[in-house]
Amino acid sequence: MKKAVIYTILIVFAMFYLLPMYVLLATSFKPLSEIGISTMWNPPKHFSLEGFKKAFEKLSKNLKNSFYLTIPATIISSLLGSINGYIFSKIRFKGDNVIFSLILFGMFIPYQSILFPLIRFLQSIHLYGTIPGLILVHVIYGIPITTLIFRNYYMEVPDELIEAGKIDGASFFKVYSKILLPLSIPAFVVVIIWQFTNIWNEFLFAVTVTSNPEKQPITVALVNLAGSQVIEWNIQMAGALITALPTLIVYILLGRYFVRGLLAGSVKG
Amino acid sequence: MAQVRLEHVWKIYDNGVEAVKDSNVTVEDKEFVVLLGPSGCGKTTTLRMIAGLEEITKGKIYIDGKVVNDVEPKDRDIAMVFQNYALYPHMTVYENMAFGLKLRKFPKDEIDKRVKEAARILGIENLLDRKPRQLSGGQRQRVAVGRAIVRNPKVFLFDEPLSNLDAKLRVQMRAELKKLHHRLEATIVYVTHDQVEAMTMANKIVVMKDGRIQQIGDPHTIYNKPANIFVAGFIGSPPMNFINTKIVRGEGGLWVQASGFKVKVPKTYEDALADYIDKDVVFGIRPENVYDKMFAFAPTEENTVRGMVDVVEPLGSETILHVKIGEDQIVAKVDPKTKAQEGQEIDLVFDMEAMHIFDKDTEQAVI
Repeated sequence: MKKAVIYTILIVFAMFYLLPMYVLLATSFKPLSEIGISTMWNPPKHFSLEGFKKAFEKLSKNLKNSFYLTIPATIISSLLGSINGYIFSKIRFKGDNVIFSLILFGMFIPYQSILFPLIRFLQSIHLYGTIPGLILVHVIYGIPITTLIFRNYYMEVPDELIEAGKIDGASFFKVYSKILLPLSIPAFVVVIIWQFTNIWNEFLFAVTVTSNPEKQPITVALVNLAGSQVIEWNIQMAGALITALPTLIVYILLGRYFVRGLLAGSVKG
Repeated sequence: MAQVRLEHVWKIYDNGVEAVKDSNVTVEDKEFVVLLGPSGCGKTTTLRMIAGLEEITKGKIYIDGKVVNDVEPKDRDIAMVFQNYALYPHMTVYENMAFGLKLRKFPKDEIDKRVKEAARILGIENLLDRKPRQLSGGQRQRVAVGRAIVRNPKVFLFDEPLSNLDAKLRVQMRAELKKLHHRLEATIVYVTHDQVEAMTMANKIVVMKDGRIQQIGDPHTIYNKPANIFVAGFIGSPPMNFINTKIVRGEGGLWVQASGFKVKVPKTYEDALADYIDKDVVFGIRPENVYDKMFAFAPTEENTVRGMVDVVEPLGSETILHVKIGEDQIVAKVDPKTKAQEGQEIDLVFDMEAMHIFDKDTEQAVI
């Protein structure tokens, strides 16, 4: 009895939560003629891929841009975070804690506050309006969180492993590449999901740095898809789905490692 | 193989803690030296300085005649076995043992030969394809030792390698390490807080306390001629009895006068005690040098004292008696056939040749 109540409540909330998802899906598969405020909740009568076709036509370039942006930015910021994490967890030097705190402080700088200097800086190094410029921004903005995650992960790796490596003859980088890196897969999964999702979904930097529609990532292009007078909702919704798909796939593929990776520190591996 | 020498070595941490104070030790070629002491005595720090994992604040460390203060651990030609084994979890046993050789660019067949040879010596040939997490504690220990011996280094460093093993396995590994030492003819520096490990394996024991070396000597000397009260109390189980006494001149020579008994100092020690007559000293005698009179070799008026049995602890091979004599408590390790019963009187015989006298102020041994 008690269980039934709990499940009913849970199901109601789940449905409530999934409603927008339903509208998104239903609308994206409708032909334009079926779309209207009165038929919003109806499932599609005629199954149509027209929305997806058009959305993909308009967004394919930007979809590619997003991949060009997200994949390198994710990989570079993960690697840098991993090296930083190694240094801040395993190497003691004067002022290490101060520098670490300063790096973490970077997480709390609001995006808006640095937009002007950021643009001026990118202009002066001739990367303004380009995907590489945007990659640079995301790599740098990603360093605090990736450093933090890797550092916490490496804190759990016994120092003796590093010392054994040093005695065995490994240099600074060999210790990293042969000992720490192979042990870091759970941390990499966490960081990659985190960075991929954030960079993929990010809008403000993207819209500020890239003004040329040809160069814009998909999040910016999606907004521009709305057009001027008539909004073709099926294209909009299909576009939104296309935009959301890659992060979804990343999470589905790596998600089970995500939780495990977050827990990796607490239970001994 | 090589000699290791510490010359006036200090370790002072940034917060001012002096972990090692003015250490002078020479580990001779092929010698098995044990650094022994309670936790926090600086023994592990000393080992880590030899390994190059800890900077040397002052002084010099020589390996094979060369100063190594500024030499990287990998260039010191040493191998270390850690307390928690520190096996690389992502590598197989074989890869763990081969890692150091690979980094040093040994040819493949040479690596293979050495790893297999080490595995054979340690009896872990059938484990070479396993990962460390699939091994028991004792097996991991062997792999850690194997990783050290494949390198054939000048010096082996062991940091409490047996403390994570259960008691039975520890006894077995102790014997195996000793055998290994003979077989490899290796120079070994071994850190432990376990006096039994030190006594059984070492050629030379370095007893440390609060960062300072208390005594260096072979196990026999450390046991029979402890340099001070700390060493005397640290080695031996149950520990030595210490009783506040006075040296007095009496009938036939010098006597040790305690609150509740009086025993005669052997003639041979009288000269050494000349300066201590009528002074307070600490009298020390090991439990194994106190006998039940029924089983004593040569009981006389001069070495027999009467006390009251407090506790009887039969251990099978021997019996431990806690005996109250006056205000003092004496622990005696006596023959298991003793008739002693709690609450009854007993006559104890001291083997006075084995007695110790310590200066009350300096705590240094007089005898």
